[in-house]
Amino acid sequence: MSVTKPLPHDAAPLHVTGAARYVDDIPTPSGTLHLAFGTSAAAAGRLVGLTLDHVRAAPGVLDVLTADDLEHDADTSPSNHDEPLLCTGDIHFVGQPLFLVIATSHLNARYAARVGEPEIIKSKPILSIEDALAADARFEDGPRIYQKGDAVAGLKEAVQTLSGSITMGGQEHFYLEGQAALALPQDNGDMVVHSSTQHPTEIQHKVAHALGKPMHAVRVETRRMGGGFGGKESQGNALAVACAIAAARTGRPCKMRYDRDDDMIITGKRHDFRIDYTVGFDDDGRLSALDVTHYTRCGWSMDLSLPVADRAMLHSDNAYHLDDIRITSHRLRTNMCSATAYRGFGGPQGMLGIERVMDHVAQHLGRDPLDVRRANYYADVVQQRAAGAAIDNRPIPDTGADNASRGADPAPTQYRRDTDVAPTRQTTPYHQPVTDCIINAMTDRLMGSSSYEERRALIADWNMAQPVLKRGIALTPVKFGISFTLTHLNQAGALVHVYQDGSIHLNHGGTEMGQGLFQKVAQVAASRFGVPLEMVKITATDTGKVPNTSATAASSGSDLNGMAVQNACDEIRTRITDHLAERHQTRDITFLDGKVLIGNEEITFARAAASAYENRISLSATGYYKTPEIEWDRIAGKGRPFFYFAYGVACTEVVIDTLTGENRILRTDILHDAGASLNPALDIGQIEGGYVQGAGWLTTEELVWDADGVLKTHAPSTYKIPACSDRPDVFNVALWDQENPAQTVYRSKAVGEPPFMLGISAFMALSDAIAACGPAFGDVQAPATAEEVLRAIARTRS
Amino acid sequence: MGHLVTRRASDMDITFLLNGDPVSLTDVSPTTTLLDWLRESRGLTGTKEGCNEGDCGACTVMITDAEGSRSLNGCILFLPQIAGKHVTTVEGIAGPDGTLHPVQQAMVDHHGSQCGFCTPGFVVSMACAHLNGATDHDVQLAGNLCRCTGYAPIIRAADAAADAPVPAHLLSLAKTLPGGPEAAPPKSPTDTQGAPSVCVPDSADALAEWYAAHPNATLIAGATDVGLWVTKQFRDLGDIAFLNQCADLRGISEDDTALHIGAMTNLNVVEAAIAQRHPSFAAMIRRYGSVQVRNAATLGGNIANGSPIGDSPPALIALGAQLHLRQGDARRKIALEDFFISYGQQDRRPGEFVEAISIPKGPDTLRCYKLSKRFDQDISAVCGCLALDLDGPTITAARLAYGGMAGTPMRAGQAEAALVGHPFTEDTMRASMAAMAQDFTPLSDMRASASYRLKTAQNMLLRYLHDMAGDLTDVQQVTA
Repeated sequence: MSVTKPLPHDAAPLHVTGAARYVDDIPTPSGTLHLAFGTSAAAAGRLVGLTLDHVRAAPGVLDVLTADDLEHDADTSPSNHDEPLLCTGDIHFVGQPLFLVIATSHLNARYAARVGEPEIIKSKPILSIEDALAADARFEDGPRIYQKGDAVAGLKEAVQTLSGSITMGGQEHFYLEGQAALALPQDNGDMVVHSSTQHPTEIQHKVAHALGKPMHAVRVETRRMGGGFGGKESQGNALAVACAIAAARTGRPCKMRYDRDDDMIITGKRHDFRIDYTVGFDDDGRLSALDVTHYTRCGWSMDLSLPVADRAMLHSDNAYHLDDIRITSHRLRTNMCSATAYRGFGGPQGMLGIERVMDHVAQHLGRDPLDVRRANYYADVVQQRAAGAAIDNRPIPDTGADNASRGADPAPTQYRRDTDVAPTRQTTPYHQPVTDCIINAMTDRLMGSSSYEERRALIADWNMAQPVLKRGIALTPVKFGISFTLTHLNQAGALVHVYQDGSIHLNHGGTEMGQGLFQKVAQVAASRFGVPLEMVKITATDTGKVPNTSATAASSGSDLNGMAVQNACDEIRTRITDHLAERHQTRDITFLDGKVLIGNEEITFARAAASAYENRISLSATGYYKTPEIEWDRIAGKGRPFFYFAYGVACTEVVIDTLTGENRILRTDILHDAGASLNPALDIGQIEGGYVQGAGWLTTEELVWDADGVLKTHAPSTYKIPACSDRPDVFNVALWDQENPAQTVYRSKAVGEPPFMLGISAFMALSDAIAACGPAFGDVQAPATAEEVLRAIARTRS
Repeated sequence: MGHLVTRRASDMDITFLLNGDPVSLTDVSPTTTLLDWLRESRGLTGTKEGCNEGDCGACTVMITDAEGSRSLNGCILFLPQIAGKHVTTVEGIAGPDGTLHPVQQAMVDHHGSQCGFCTPGFVVSMACAHLNGATDHDVQLAGNLCRCTGYAPIIRAADAAADAPVPAHLLSLAKTLPGGPEAAPPKSPTDTQGAPSVCVPDSADALAEWYAAHPNATLIAGATDVGLWVTKQFRDLGDIAFLNQCADLRGISEDDTALHIGAMTNLNVVEAAIAQRHPSFAAMIRRYGSVQVRNAATLGGNIANGSPIGDSPPALIALGAQLHLRQGDARRKIALEDFFISYGQQDRRPGEFVEAISIPKGPDTLRCYKLSKRFDQDISAVCGCLALDLDGPTITAARLAYGGMAGTPMRAGQAEAALVGHPFTEDTMRASMAAMAQDFTPLSDMRASASYRLKTAQNMLLRYLHDMAGDLTDVQQVTA
């Protein structure tokens, strides 16, 4: 069976030979035109004039469009309809598109875009948190507040209290493939769009709107992205819409890709946050109350900031049980590019807040931060599967039951009756019972495998002996909620065809950005039919095949699409089974190893498919899945937003230089929970990559805007993602490998985002090393660049 | 003197081999990048554009000539620079029968690709390293960024492939080189109608003559800086000379008193040549750009562009290096530190170019400390190069040269004065550190604040003291 096998990425042979096509690699028809945006150099003000003579006269320019030239309302927002494609008068940020150049080549378009002469009456931009609070520039009426218990009363009664604050920078996605789109005009003004997007349906919707057409007039195709990380959930809209408008106008194919600097200046990034906290605790570090306030700079438009800020609030507990807690969240409007989705979607920020609290409390008490963490963990609840509820979807024997409907409309399962399994009614700050916790057992195992306690002692000795360098170690947990918090997005569709030769065409709504989703889902399909993986053809995501898809986001890709595909496959398999059962007068039918075993007979799967075809049995089916059991009131902050939680623990050791703040990761040990892994190799790839990306966010990746709102770090020369030598010298990654108690596809767990937050252990290890430099609290802020580490060292000695 | 190949900007003929096939181009603009030509004109889309400034390595190609095979960034490599060479792109790494190269197979087997966009660049870098027998993967791959994998599986792949034999088709590349651009008919150096001219001199003499006649021209050595003027700034370069055919500007020689390095010697060659003599300088060069950048960038270029944050000038100044300048037939020699007058201004006359650098021989007391946000391939926030001469316990001479602290690479004169004649102790260092505040008024920018720059520049004196005492001072030396 394909599932559980550590198979390579389906496109790996294409990747290594350069044969894998991305949007900019698709051969274009002759006459294809190329686009570029002319952008604002000012962060705020009014556009009062736009002289485009030089632009029009530039080599190869066919046309230049401004907002006045657009026939239909062209908006690119994924949420609030507040992002006109081209400036309509108000200047919101440096990099805002003002006009659109249509030219004969990419270079011609880029060149021409630079020679426009906008006349802008500048106004003072709102840039800082303080600016925004003073101007009451925010999304939503006021701060959102979630609470459980009574934090104010809890703090009054607390044995001890501490207050503090941590700022954390944003993060550039730095997908290696920049944003790109190609629009091909069709009959009747219809449009086919190739887009490097995590959300083809969103592209379809925005393009149709901008063309003044129904959605059926637009088909969007996405074979693969060169990385997404959330940065292609909404940020590709502008390019696709621009291409479609230009293609409709000129009748010629139009392509647009951002140069790297443009990409970094125009598109949104991870939200930066400041988190203020007051915490009450006892002498053992057990927290009794927490009042925490999030401030986040959302940039100029709403984009996805509300659910990002919500998810930050929803991870303010991380793996810790808190009785009295209040979380206040300010979503601030600033004159910067609009912050957007990025792996973890606010979760990392919320989680770093509480991990900082743990670290602060521990250092205040002079205790090992891990002791304080463990004292506050949710209790483990290892659910046992109810008797008689063995997983039916593991082996393939088919009893003729209607498997296809089971996932599509699941009854409440016996696996998660909270009242049965929870020893205590432990709930999150948003009142969701935590019934699947395994963090204590995971921590115990990682402490052993990483020799945490011995190394902590050795490091203390080493630090005493060293005049210049200091080491630090930290072990931190991750508990990450799985599901879109906008409940209706938790659905997916699939389309599966079986051809008469037994080969299988597979399509679903998920997109491939490198995570290996297509391979995992193909492994599910191959397993359902009991055929070798080579029989399954993976095809590009296509809004004409599966409609109304959700973004491939929130780590949901394999959970949702895997189930939808399973349901589609099972529908066809049931039809074949019924046909064979009738013909052979037995229901003892099993699909295995490319064969169908019928009683004592054996035929090939191809023969079974041909037989079904000859007997006029449909071999094509759609599949559908929606996540059960979830409900969420985001205003009240109450409900069950998450189907389950994914867990992980990481232990990182670092060394710092007290003269310069330079630092390095020496060793990382990770134990991560991917449920019963669909593909351990791909899952470990997500964990290793997620960790390094998370560590990068908190160390070398620093976004710098100047006082005029100009991003100064807009290229890899100035914005430093981890390079090869930044990975840990010793990097041990293991899977927890225990079935998901929730009824997910083959009992696997989502793995895209959760490992990102394992990188927090690197930051906390730095804090530990800094603590070795002096008696006071280092109060290290993120990102912990060498400069920040040196500042924190100075604070410990002040 | 040697002959000139001088063309108008729109009129260059270039011949090279591409994955074994001869290519003859006519009428190409001399500032067309190899990457653009591969993708837009040739339809070879395996080589990717990730940043268009030589930082991410997605565009890495293998270039082979008589000196061997090496990796270069195709996005800042102009077509005239590859004339007469063999270009191997990712499409040419697998065997002619489609057999995957060992590094390709290992990348598949070890899950070294996720999104796959950086993968062609990694594969070419890995194939170059494999061909050259290099197994210091962190150095070899520092110029290739991956955002998906965290690098661990890529390193596993590189390790797995290390012992496999080099495929025959890559071994034979150097044997099949075409003729260089000198095969094309030369034209008069003086072009008509004032159009910008392009010169590919084949000697320092030829360059000197042409440059004297075109003193405002742009000289292109490795194009790791000028490349960005084109790809990012759309700058009109005017008259251009490509120096890559000037073999006599390349190479290293030594005599009793000094090491002489030709201006066109690329940094990887410089690194190898000084590794024994000045190991700390060589270690810093290994962090300079990346393998791809160092395969292109030249020591002369790193000096002549006058950058306040180039890493070799502080080291060379601390070593007391001399700069050899040439204008027509006139030559002069100056101390390198005198070359840098102020930000953007050097002691270089119209039509004068850097011909060589000489480093005096002497005992090695140099320590180079490069501070940047990221260890590899990052521009320095501060680069401090310190050399103290001791007589017993007493400091007899001090050369403290810094990059990133002023508008030019600069010595810390006050701090030096506070050292000389004093004992080599922490007290002396601290006195010198205090004096250094008079030497520098650094800027704050996206790389570092002024206060961090000054603080760490000062602390480098303490690091030097600890270094000489044998204490651990470098986080790179520590293992878990």
